[in-house]
Formats: sequence, C-alpha cells, structure tokens
Amino acid sequence: MKIKEDNLFRKNIRRKIIQLAAFGFTNSHVGNIATGRIYKGDWKNFCSPGINCYSCPAAGLSCPIGAMQAVENTPRFGISFYVLGFILALGVIFGRAICGYACPFGLIQELLHKIPSPKKHLPKPFTYIKFLLLIVFVFLLPALLNDSYGIGSPTFCKYICPAGTLEGGLPILLTHPELRKKLGGIFSIKAAILLITLTGCIICCRFFCKVMCPLGAIYGLLNKISFYRVHVEKEKCVSCGACHDICPMDVNPVRQPESAECIRCGKCAVVCPKHVICVGFTGNSSPS
Amino acid sequence: MNKNKNYFRIVILAIAICLMIAGISRGEIMPVLMKAINICLECIGLG
Repeated sequence: MKIKEDNLFRKNIRRKIIQLAAFGFTNSHVGNIATGRIYKGDWKNFCSPGINCYSCPAAGLSCPIGAMQAVENTPRFGISFYVLGFILALGVIFGRAICGYACPFGLIQELLHKIPSPKKHLPKPFTYIKFLLLIVFVFLLPALLNDSYGIGSPTFCKYICPAGTLEGGLPILLTHPELRKKLGGIFSIKAAILLITLTGCIICCRFFCKVMCPLGAIYGLLNKISFYRVHVEKEKCVSCGACHDICPMDVNPVRQPESAECIRCGKCAVVCPKHVICVGFTGNSSPS
Repeated sequence: MNKNKNYFRIVILAIAICLMIAGISRGEIMPVLMKAINICLECIGLG
C-alpha cells in the first residue's frame, strides 16, 4: 500500500514538473503582466499545444483555437489547414495526453481543484457539450457570421472562452484603464462564464476540460487512434474498480481505454493491483 | 489488426503534415500572427 502511494506521489510530481515546464514555455514573458504589453515576436507564428490565450501578456505562442478562428474569419481562407494540421498531428501522436501534460489551463484547473470544498462528479451528458461548442462556436459561427466586408468574428473567444477572460482579459483590463471604459454586456457574459468555470473547477476536477474545451474535444476524438495510449490486459483484470475510483476524468479505463475523456495521466496504471494497465507509446511502459 | 491501425495512424499523421504545409504555403501564418500580436478585443471580452 505504501509503495503504491509512493509511486502515485512520484507519478504526480513528474507530471506536475512537465506541466509547469509547459506552462513556463507557453507563458515565457511573465514580465509583460505588470505593463500589460503583448509579446509581438516571431514565436507567435506557432500555436501552443494547449489552450492559452494569445492576448495574455505573458503568452509567447498563439492559442490554436483562437488561431483557427482568426484564419476562418479571413475571407480568402475559410478553414485553417495550418492549425487543423497542427492539432491533428499532435492529436494523432499524443491524443489527450496534451491536456494532461502540456495545457496551461489544465494545470490552473488542477490547482483550483486542490482548494478544499465538497467534490462532485459530473453526469456523463455534460461531457458532450464541448463537441457542440466545437461545431457551433469554433467551426460554424466564425465562418457564417460575417460583416459587410466578409470578415467574421471569433465567436468562441468572444462569447465563451473563460481562459481568455482569465489570462487575457483580467491582466489587460487591470493595466489599460482606457479599455475598462468600454466594458459592456459581452464582458458580463464572459465574466459570468469565468465565474461558473472557476467554481466548477473547484468542485469538479477539470470542469472546463470535461464540459467546454473544444481543443480537448478534438484531441479526445483522436484518443481512439493516437500512438500514445492506454493498454489494458482485460483477461487479467480482477474488476476491483481502483482505476475508475482514482481517475480524475471519471473514466473506466478497463471498459473504455480509448475514451475521449482520458487525459493519459497514468494514475490508473499506478493504482492497478494486478499491473494490467499501461500508458505509453508501445504498451510496454512501466506502471510506476 | 494492430498493424492496420498503425498504418492508419501514419496516414493521418502524413495528412496532418500535408495540411500544415498547405496552410503555411497559402499564407495562413499571417492572419494568425496579426491576431496574436495585437490585443484581441473579443478574447478579453470587449467584443
């Protein structure tokens, strides 16, 4: 039992170090937060693997969901091959391990969940909302809602994205008094969504990932074919349920090793008493 | 079965790389950069 706890602790620390490194790499311009300036260098040509608002003064990379809508909003392009190809490539290699290891907003959510409070599980139907948001707010509306010049608007960023409000909106508005005068109804909607998201994350682990994240929805679909995956030797499983109990995403890895919700954190592999679960590229990775 | 799945993954990865190259070659980088280096009023909630 003690060995299992040690292994779980080591696994968590290892993952947190990778998450912190990814957070730092994606937000390498921390000094800009005090001034509210935006980094304008060439690295913004590239997208970050996870959700991270490019209007955050610390951001050194572009947000893939924001970038996808920015290209869709440009009349001569339509759908973005560049961003779609980038997400598809990462997704087919890592699946939702990107969410578990490289998403800055994922780390923020996990830290929020450590705040003491009653903890709840989400009913399964809530997890389908993110697919609806992906189709409607990321693909359809930015392409269909155009102004008289044929220019669309990034509807997911504009009406929903709580990561944008938290990482971009708050630091920018605190440092730009002239922008605060323009606050209106849309900001109220976004602030309400942010408040619901933050409260949700405290009560339910990775509430945004489970319910709202369009990027997680794409990576989740690619979980079924990704190189990095969960392997289960079902015939040796004793159905103790330990893997399901420890899963932060409420997945039963024995029943659904390719679940669109699994973030490949590997906790199930560590707690399995029979070592029948492996997470890795080949299936030979150690459960420690 | 696994071999087929591996081929399928490699094909998808190849398609993804082709999509990226196509996107870059038709100039999609520019709107991404332009959006990312300026304050995105939609993102911060000002519409």
